[in-house]
Amino acid sequence: MQSEVTKFLEKNKQSILTQWMTNLAEDHILREELMSNEKSRQQSEELLLAVLKVIASDNFKNTESQEHESVSDIISEVSIYRARQGFTPRETATYVLSLKQTLAEVLDKKFAGDARLLYESARELNQLLDSLSITTFETFIKGREEVIMRQTDEIGEISTPVIRVWEGVVALPIIGTLDSMRTQTVVEGLLQEIVATGSSIAILDISGVPAVDSLVAQHLIKTVSAARLMGAECIISGIRPEIAQTIVHLGIDLSSIKTKATLASALKLAFQMLNLEVRRGERK
Amino acid sequence: MGSFLLVTIQVDLYDRLALNLETDLIRMVSETDARGVLIDISAVGLVDSFMGRILNNIATMSRIMDAETVVVGMQPAVAITLVELGLTLAGVHTALNVERGMELLHKRLGSDVREGGRFYGNSE
Repeated sequence: MQSEVTKFLEKNKQSILTQWMTNLAEDHILREELMSNEKSRQQSEELLLAVLKVIASDNFKNTESQEHESVSDIISEVSIYRARQGFTPRETATYVLSLKQTLAEVLDKKFAGDARLLYESARELNQLLDSLSITTFETFIKGREEVIMRQTDEIGEISTPVIRVWEGVVALPIIGTLDSMRTQTVVEGLLQEIVATGSSIAILDISGVPAVDSLVAQHLIKTVSAARLMGAECIISGIRPEIAQTIVHLGIDLSSIKTKATLASALKLAFQMLNLEVRRGERK
Repeated sequence: MGSFLLVTIQVDLYDRLALNLETDLIRMVSETDARGVLIDISAVGLVDSFMGRILNNIATMSRIMDAETVVVGMQPAVAITLVELGLTLAGVHTALNVERGMELLHKRLGSDVREGGRFYGNSE
């Protein structure tokens, strides 16, 4: 970039910053309820300084240079921060693009007479800031995705509790669709609990499973086999009529597994298998 | 242990060792006239399909020689691996620990159990 432009920008960075903040305020994208004014001013200053450094550096065109890297780092940080604070994608993108606007305005005022120079600088600025806004978008989405991933993990963890219903009997209410990932967590949790409690009977309750297809059935059979290898018998309970229908229509063979309609009848069967008897206490 | 053989596997079985175990064990079953075989694999953290097949073989061979086989103390990770390999050890009985395994054998063999078996340990 032309050195007079660089020098001019460097000298006027404070006024550019103020101008930028004013522009942001006019566009109503400061969102003070999400982020304090000082914080956004501080972030903007950091970003502006980094951008000016890139413009001033010799390897402006070389996007692999150290200056480019540092400005990418800062912009990623800003975008991730904004993603976590709950800014919309539009607000985050506008934030970066408004810097381009501000710089263009400032240059326009100063070099209005020299069209060639103005055009050159604007083109180069455009190039830089466009690549920055792409980075912004990428990291913004990545930030959001991280949040989603964390929530998915959490759902996976909390939705498969293993309950000890009696001495030697554990129950596992499965809620939601059983995919391969879930099955893995379910099996691991169940087997660990079987070892920890020394249980010999496990009840898998599938009343919370919305649909059973051949894949889900296969996962169920796998779970049962794994539990059997550990020395625990499995009872599958909570089979709704429509699920029984699907299973038969799909031709899935569950004959090797004990199945019951309700958790209560499964528990009754478990008691029988353990030679336990539940009786109403006699009144005196 | 009564008329049962108890085999404790302390190391990860590699193929040769597993084959030796198979031969030795079957010989012991015939020598001691055992009615039940308990294989304790609680210390085994790693299995492959070969190991699964050996376990199945031992069970089938023992069945022919009129002895029931119980595999006890399988680790959760091992169980998951075997299922993923498609080996469900259909012919083998399983139990959570040695005690449960003994119970199971007693139940299956009823009062038919005689005294006079010998202890056989694989401590390699």
